[in-house]
Amino acid sequence: MSSEIDRTGTPLVEMRNMRKAFGGIHAVDNVTIDLYPGEVVGVLGHNGAGKSVLMKMLSGALPRDSGEIYVNGEKAEINNPRDARNYQIETIYQYLALADNLDAAANLFLGRELTTPLGFVDDAKMEAETRKIMGRLTPNFRRFNTPVAGLSGGQRQSVAISRAVYFNAKILIMDEPTAALGVEETRMVAELIDELKKRGIGILLIDHDIHQVKALCDRASVMKNGKLVGTVEVDKVSEDDLLGMIILGKKPEMAA
Amino acid sequence: MSDSTDSVSEPTRSTKRNLLATLEIDTRLLGMIGAFIVVCLVFNFLTDGRFLTPRNIFNLTIQTVSVALMATGMVFVIVTRNIDLSVGSLLATCSAIMAMMQTVVLPDWMGLGLEHPLIAPMAILTGILAGAIIGAFHGWLIGYLTIPAFIVTLGGLFVWRNVAWHLTNGQTIGPLDSNFQLLGGINGTLGETWSWVFGALAVIATLYALIAARRSKVRHEFQVKPVWAEVVIGGIATVAILGFVAILNAYEIPSRRLERSFEDRGLTMPEGFTAGYGIPYSVVLLIVVAIIMIVLARRTRLGRYIFAAGGNPEAAELSGIRTRALTVKVFMIMGILCAISAVVASARLTFHTNDIGTLDELRVIAAAVIGGTALSGGVGTIYGAILGALIMQSLQSGMAMVGVDAPYQNIVVGIVLVLAVYVDILYRKRTGS
Repeated sequence: MSSEIDRTGTPLVEMRNMRKAFGGIHAVDNVTIDLYPGEVVGVLGHNGAGKSVLMKMLSGALPRDSGEIYVNGEKAEINNPRDARNYQIETIYQYLALADNLDAAANLFLGRELTTPLGFVDDAKMEAETRKIMGRLTPNFRRFNTPVAGLSGGQRQSVAISRAVYFNAKILIMDEPTAALGVEETRMVAELIDELKKRGIGILLIDHDIHQVKALCDRASVMKNGKLVGTVEVDKVSEDDLLGMIILGKKPEMAA
Repeated sequence: MSDSTDSVSEPTRSTKRNLLATLEIDTRLLGMIGAFIVVCLVFNFLTDGRFLTPRNIFNLTIQTVSVALMATGMVFVIVTRNIDLSVGSLLATCSAIMAMMQTVVLPDWMGLGLEHPLIAPMAILTGILAGAIIGAFHGWLIGYLTIPAFIVTLGGLFVWRNVAWHLTNGQTIGPLDSNFQLLGGINGTLGETWSWVFGALAVIATLYALIAARRSKVRHEFQVKPVWAEVVIGGIATVAILGFVAILNAYEIPSRRLERSFEDRGLTMPEGFTAGYGIPYSVVLLIVVAIIMIVLARRTRLGRYIFAAGGNPEAAELSGIRTRALTVKVFMIMGILCAISAVVASARLTFHTNDIGTLDELRVIAAAVIGGTALSGGVGTIYGAILGALIMQSLQSGMAMVGVDAPYQNIVVGIVLVLAVYVDILYRKRTGS
């Protein structure tokens, strides 16, 4: 998979020397990673390795202590989720960021509602758009008018993914997108990731499952105790190599 | 992602359920209306038919307005997982400011003199401005300084009650400007003709809204109700609106009072002349506020964000919603409504008194909660809160008519509040919503 990626040009995203500390603990300590168009980069590590914090700095959910973010080679100021959205960075959170009491359409457009010329929210239009986009991703979905609290994990996930797709994400952060899903739903997410890759979208994928990473990712950046162990092309290392990086913080010698 | 099978259980439901589903009526609302009707019928029986007279229904509506106005704002406050214990005190401060404006500041300091036509509007504007500023200040303390709403407004409960006392030197202020008094209820009504005009406009607006909603659904090729269901709902709404107007028109102005009003204009009253009160201005005000609040809740981004932030504050924040500014706005709306409510309450009394609005915070919270607003946030309706206020007021004035002493009235109201919430919990469990 990785051989197709052209890494000679400007990266889609580059995070340089990112740091974040909580009290005296360095949650993220001088980490640099990059992501190219059409590439899936796995961000791996134990719980508490700092993967989620690193991603949250990119999505604007957490302010960074220091470090620089470049989008398409230009320095980006990302201080809150709205800034990130303006750079077409969309995030699918581990604990799905949906308002349980609202329906699928209201969630999909949350913060970016379609409005009528008079400035009122256009629920009918939003529902129609939601039917279109969700019809592509999950053709069987019918429950457009019930609060998303009543939906299954997979249906909720598809609302979150539809949101990213609808708003033309260029950079997609997925925080364990399949953690809450069954086998069939996981397969659908995998297919979706492939489709998004083909469109030139760059994906940062946080995951625990080594098989999944081997199957889905082009490269993997491994973190331990807030530091970057290394970034490797997944096809050139074994699962044991990856586990060694995660558990021991040991970079394999053959890594690119 | 492929397990979206919800229509399977559809045919197994009972026909009664299907009828309600076809009409797309909120069953919870239906339950509340049912409870309200039961309360009315029971009191009507106990009072030998005195409860459901035009006179008592008129009084019931004007007594409900003040609490109902604030309850619509309390819905937003509670939906965003906050609480406001200061509304009664804030009402008192706004009332004191408006009373001082119309009896001292404008007539004396500004030299307008008493009963100048500008006094009422200027006093009301000042009061609303004060309410907005104080409410926004509460919201700032809660949203930006992250002091819990319970504490901020508990402090506000003490502070504003006594700021009101300070502003008036503890005196009762009045009588208030006569134009101002028009908003109190019985001192200002539309009269029979204009009440019918108002009723007709309301019917037209309701039917138009139904048709527009249906057209919008058809345009996007969504499922629509059968036409007969639309006609039934339109018919019920029409009958309810015109029936309400007819009842308020049927409450006749006492002939002595009519005679006086003719004499004031230098005329003599024709023999056998009668006139009904019609809809009070304060009720028109409540209807206008209710419509604005419902539109705000359902058709604007602000409303959408209020409910989103109440349902999942973190998701709202991650979706780019400025939740702290949202808190300021919600409490500012609450403050404005306290001021509007202060207009109605003091105009009804024709005075500003020190104890105006005392314990209103509890009535307002109770009305919102009985109306289906969940303290856990994210759930609540404006019309539910108004109906909740109406049910509470009916209980209280019904018991007063039957001759139940005030302490026992409060015992009953307290029990009803707890019971209503328990029934609501059961309802939500059964419907799974």
